[in-house]
Amino acid sequence: MSETANLTARLTALANPTRFLALAGSLLPWLGGAAVLVLVVGLGMAFAAPEDYQQGITVRIMYIHVPFAWLAMFCYTLMAASALGTLVWRHPLADVALKAAAPIGAVFTALALVTGSIWGKPMWGTWWVWDARLTSVFVLFLMYLGIIALTRALDDQSRAARAAAILTLVGFINIPIIKFSVDWWNTLHQPASVFRLDGPTIHPSLLWPLLISAVGFTLLFLALHLMAMRAEIWRRRVSAMRRMSARAAEGKLAEGRAS
Amino acid sequence: MMHMAYVVAAYAISAFAIGGLAAWILLDQKAQKRALRELEERGVRRRSARTEAAG
Repeated sequence: MSETANLTARLTALANPTRFLALAGSLLPWLGGAAVLVLVVGLGMAFAAPEDYQQGITVRIMYIHVPFAWLAMFCYTLMAASALGTLVWRHPLADVALKAAAPIGAVFTALALVTGSIWGKPMWGTWWVWDARLTSVFVLFLMYLGIIALTRALDDQSRAARAAAILTLVGFINIPIIKFSVDWWNTLHQPASVFRLDGPTIHPSLLWPLLISAVGFTLLFLALHLMAMRAEIWRRRVSAMRRMSARAAEGKLAEGRAS
Repeated sequence: MMHMAYVVAAYAISAFAIGGLAAWILLDQKAQKRALRELEERGVRRRSARTEAAG
């Protein structure tokens, strides 16, 4: 078997929900344990790191605010990839992945907005401004709410999946806008200081705890996503079995009337 | 020292929200598993599960 055929066979095997459930079940304790461990190390280092010479103690908010903002965009990117999986490859787990990720993405986006606002008050003197970065992240939050509503609004699962996939892909235009908003417009929010072409502008004593915390929150996100996907697969099985059971009962009733 | 309150508030709200999210997902998992078990106890089987059993 060629390399490509081998890979396709392995991906097809993973597309089977029963195999996915078993794999996710064995992966979850490790992922959850790693998330807790890395978060304890990252946030421990964050509180041992020196305070910022200008921002003082409020720089500690950075170690949660920045990972939340990254995850808000990462989750949406993952959902956009899942949307492609639904529309192009009709992958059975793609819609499950999209639907399960949306509430988690919404929570991380809300937390990015709230922690940013709490950081803004002492540093900017205001809780909120309608600058390009804050507004585009707020639009991302609204997109998440719209997708959550749409995935739950239609009884027909395949129609809901297609509609949610299209909306997710259309909304993906917002992700580069969020990323580059601080370069394209004059914003109160600071420009990028980690992912820059000329390298990070944060001192390593603050950068390392930030990166480790970000890895910890990403592991936590992945663990929560796998858990939510498992719940969603089970929910679909339950509703399929309830439909079958109702149909069987109807059939028996009709037989009883006929005899 | 006054700024400490902002840091505590940010961490407390985040812990509360993530804890709530994790609890919601866990409870959802439990509810779906229980519903599946109840259906299986009533003798309802998925089509694919019946195929697997027959094969």
